Amino acid sequence: MNIVEMKGITKSFPGIVANDRIHLEVKEGEIHALLGENGAGKSTLMNILFGLYQPDEGEIWIKGKQVQITGPNMAGELGIGMVHQHFMLVEPFTVTENIILGNEPVKGGWIDRDGAEREVREISDRYGLRVDPRARIQDISVGMQQRVEILKMLYRGADILIFDEPTAVLSPQEIQELMGIMNNLVEEGKTIIFITHKLKEIMQVCDTVTVIRRGKFIDRVKVEEMDENRLASMMVGREVSFAVEKEAAKPKETVLSIEGLHVTDSRGVGVVNGLDLEVRAGEIVGIAGVDGNGQTELLEAIAGLRKVQKGKIQLNNSEITNQRPREITERGVGHIPEDRHRRGLVLDFTIGENMVLQTYYQSPFARGIHLQYDQIHQYAERLVKEFDVRTPDIHTPARALSGGNQQKGIIAREMDRNPDLLIAAQPTRGLDVGAIEFIHKRLVEQRDKGKAVLLMSLELDEVMKLSDRVAVIYEGKIAGWVNPQTTTQEEVGLLMAGGSTGTEVKH
Amino acid sequence: MKRKSWGILFLSILLIIATGCGAGGNQGGEKGEAFSAGLVTDTGGINDESFNQSAWDGMEKAKKDLDAKIKYLESKRDEDYLPNLTRFAREKQDIIWGVGFKFNKAIPEVADQFPDHKFGIVDDNLGGKIPDNVVAVTFKEHEGSFLMGVIAGSMTKTDKVGFIGGISSPLIKKFEVGFRAGVQAVNPKAKVTVVYAESFTDVAKGRSLASNMYNDGADIIYHAAGGVGKGLFDEVKTREKGKYWAIGVDLDQSKLAPDHTLTSMVKRVDVAVFDIMKDMKENDKFPGGKQVELGLEEDAVGPAETSDKHVPDKIMKKVEDYKRQIIDEKIEVPSNEQELKKFKS
Amino acid sequence: MQLIQRKQSTFLTSLVSVLLGMLVGAVMMLVAGYDPIQAYAALLSSAFLMPYDIGETIRTISPLILTGLAVGLAYRTGLFNIGVEGQFIIGQLAATIIALKLDLPPVIHAVVAVIAGAIGGALWAFLPGLLKATRGVHEVIVTIMMNFIALYLSNVLVRNWLSAGADSTEKIPSSASLRWDSLSSLFGGARIHMGIFIALASALFMYYLLWRTTSGFELRAVGFNPDASEYAGMSVKRSLILSMMISGSFAGLAGASELLGTSGYLAIQGAHTGIGFDGIAVALLGANTPGGILLAASLFGILTYGGSNMQFVEGVPFEVVRVVFAAIILFVAANIVRWGTQKFRKKAVKEHA
Repeated sequence: MNIVEMKGITKSFPGIVANDRIHLEVKEGEIHALLGENGAGKSTLMNILFGLYQPDEGEIWIKGKQVQITGPNMAGELGIGMVHQHFMLVEPFTVTENIILGNEPVKGGWIDRDGAEREVREISDRYGLRVDPRARIQDISVGMQQRVEILKMLYRGADILIFDEPTAVLSPQEIQELMGIMNNLVEEGKTIIFITHKLKEIMQVCDTVTVIRRGKFIDRVKVEEMDENRLASMMVGREVSFAVEKEAAKPKETVLSIEGLHVTDSRGVGVVNGLDLEVRAGEIVGIAGVDGNGQTELLEAIAGLRKVQKGKIQLNNSEITNQRPREITERGVGHIPEDRHRRGLVLDFTIGENMVLQTYYQSPFARGIHLQYDQIHQYAERLVKEFDVRTPDIHTPARALSGGNQQKGIIAREMDRNPDLLIAAQPTRGLDVGAIEFIHKRLVEQRDKGKAVLLMSLELDEVMKLSDRVAVIYEGKIAGWVNPQTTTQEEVGLLMAGGSTGTEVKH
Repeated sequence: MKRKSWGILFLSILLIIATGCGAGGNQGGEKGEAFSAGLVTDTGGINDESFNQSAWDGMEKAKKDLDAKIKYLESKRDEDYLPNLTRFAREKQDIIWGVGFKFNKAIPEVADQFPDHKFGIVDDNLGGKIPDNVVAVTFKEHEGSFLMGVIAGSMTKTDKVGFIGGISSPLIKKFEVGFRAGVQAVNPKAKVTVVYAESFTDVAKGRSLASNMYNDGADIIYHAAGGVGKGLFDEVKTREKGKYWAIGVDLDQSKLAPDHTLTSMVKRVDVAVFDIMKDMKENDKFPGGKQVELGLEEDAVGPAETSDKHVPDKIMKKVEDYKRQIIDEKIEVPSNEQELKKFKS
Repeated sequence: MQLIQRKQSTFLTSLVSVLLGMLVGAVMMLVAGYDPIQAYAALLSSAFLMPYDIGETIRTISPLILTGLAVGLAYRTGLFNIGVEGQFIIGQLAATIIALKLDLPPVIHAVVAVIAGAIGGALWAFLPGLLKATRGVHEVIVTIMMNFIALYLSNVLVRNWLSAGADSTEKIPSSASLRWDSLSSLFGGARIHMGIFIALASALFMYYLLWRTTSGFELRAVGFNPDASEYAGMSVKRSLILSMMISGSFAGLAGASELLGTSGYLAIQGAHTGIGFDGIAVALLGANTPGGILLAASLFGILTYGGSNMQFVEGVPFEVVRVVFAAIILFVAANIVRWGTQKFRKKAVKEHA
């Protein structure tokens, strides 16, 4: 029986049809994936189901009855709960307090804290959601916070659970735990709608998948009949290659060399501890490692954004240690920063302005102190076209673009300067497969032009696929070098965890 | 909204301004039968429990007794004095008052600009250079303050009394010096602590200054600090009755703290303002270009009528006695530091 | 397109807030038994009644433009300059010192005094900027404190140096005055002075600086996102200090032109003048754009000057005007217009993302 049926849902916003006659049928007790690229209309559809929007056209049936969902409260009464991408928790409150918030059990005019705590414990035991009911939200990890969100839904008696891209914020370990929890929930009779664009997760845990593309319904298929490639092409609308096609590297002279580097984090604790590294022209060097082993600080130190305590960084045989970022940029370093919102873009600037974020003062963008907007706009137009940044125009604020297009903008800016060394930190984080493919191609292109590329990613897959050599970082030092073609992920995983079976790879 | 539109909007404002230029007409009132008077307050405002309010009392009396048409304008900042005076001047008032010595720069300016109008300034003599269409009303505050000093010096139990001044200036100095002389005259061993708030409006500061003085042993504090004085009354109210006292200024301020107000140095701005207007209306006489200085003799300064509530008759008699001596010029009350030195010796 | 939409909506917000603010004032007057229509009519007509009034209205507007620009410019760089008041006072003080202590030929004297005011304001803002840039000390706290230092410094100097123990200085010599007789007589002898031209030029300067120069590019980038600016090789510290100093120089200009044009002497002040604080309201209402600030300052100037006439003609207390001010600011801050459409807007944006 279909517990949720959305028929012919259409919803338009000024200038855009977000949902165009979309169908969604979810069976009771299944994990149903809603797959689509960023901006395909997944969130709109779910917001309609959750009562935040009213559809322009179409019908919604819940548990066999046609309904009109007028708001989140009504959705709650129908047993629909949603875990949002951004958690809605009160940080200084405890887990229990957050769960009962707005629904407090009362005993004699007072909140029945003990009763609430007991109930929370009971629910969390039943579904295998281990959390400490007395811990404060601000003290627990993101994964734990997500569990609290899930508990909130269950406490309110939801049986149709919407997960809006729940894995985007989680570590690989936490993702596996979440998958387990989802399975438990289904076993207990819940139904899950899982919004994602990560194919691997769908293959692992889902029963059925509904694919939408640019606001239109594409297909509904059984996961067991599918593989990642076919799902990907359904989502993107063309063939997608996962394998990165590249020829063997032809490394030349050393571009970046680092010796005995020491860097501390913002609290003054040493996080890079005597690290050596070398990147040559015409190769991609990947840095693999568990988050927090100094990779962020290492890249920031190279880019001049963090002070080097000890050691030497050389670019093309001249020292750039502790130079100002501008100096380093001018010497030929491009940097795709790890956090594009914090570092990479001024979100309230237009795309055009962001394209000249480092070069606005140089000819032809400025003459003396006067900005030459004609030149800036021409240049931005060209980059937008060349790198396929999808934006209404170059006067649009960067904030209004999707994550993938923002990232393409940054990559356009950094690559077009044609730097000798390109630092790419998590260049594909949070992006969909189409955008990932594009970015990977561009990185290899850069290498083939004879430039040096230093890639850092927490996704081991990505590092292994793209890099010509992989340096595994552990506690602020290179624990070993591996050849990605000849080394298995398990071996690398061991190094990342502090094991010592590294094999020296030299070209 | 494009930048162009901003510009257009601003231009249209300028346009309104420009057309307004042409439209300006003579709005001078007909020379009326009724006597009319305007009053511009200083930044203290009309309800300052002080000389502005007192001046307005005089205006209201003129309304009642002389059937005058009266109006006031409050000044929020020093820059407002001139336009406020000008507003009245354009309306053809019979006399326009600027209350407070802060008008000493604005009054000569409007008087010069509107030579056909009559102006009055309270509390300043314009350095002696008084235009012919201006009357300057000043008070012998030192004489009244001397009597306050007599009361305070006679009644203090701690032999410590205090004085809080507003912004220090020759005018406030007259209060201070007169008070000190009075204390000295009746109780040479009493000590007078003097502080200036350097404000006429900062109530909180007045309170903290008063608090410090009381804690320091003073039991009677006299103020000449406008709005700052409200802080003194706020503070004294919280203290033991019959032990701590405040002395008010300008008006009878006893209602601010009925059980703690010993007396007030009443300055009859109202009487002065009224008398001049009365003379103008009934006798068509205006003391233009002159300084009218009023003291004990004219009953324009002196203790409030409610003083006998807390001050024993014996001391009131002593006050009367000193008053007589001052009027008879047996005592010459000092009005500045040099004269005080002479007075002491 | 979106950008234009956004600009329209801030303009709409300001406009609706002004109307609502005046409505609140009207309700208050009704409750207190006054006729709001006549009162507002008196207010508006008196601001433009005669050339004299127009001159005085413009005179009231000029410093508000400058203090509004001061707050707005700093805000563009992510700084909340509460110290405009203090920088204003220092501007007055510096101008007074030049006017009274130097003997220079006409025009040059005035120009030097104005420049001194601007430099004074800039230096007074430099310290909070420096502390913010190097030590991370919050500028709001520092500037508030410096407002008081400025006030008392000015009072001490007036009493002990600039005047002979009196409560105000002598009038400045006419060589240093910003009044221009032919302008003044055009407006019926009003105290309109060159300050309005300084203010308009400053507004143009702010526009040009922020949107047409490389420094402005940096200031705005730092204002929106200091991390990204650092990444892009800009000096965040330099921008913060520069922004504070330019902001302070606007405030100093306001003080200098008020002093040299309007009052003509510096008096001991018991409390702050409030012109600097009004600048915060002006900048907020004007959405921190030069054009918006010109309009907002005009509105506040008209309300302020016309407001005292409302009291004169209709007997409505001046406090009503302050209530209208406060209500307008409240409505702008609460973003009353977007409040209605926000839900829709937010989701629409999210969906585009």
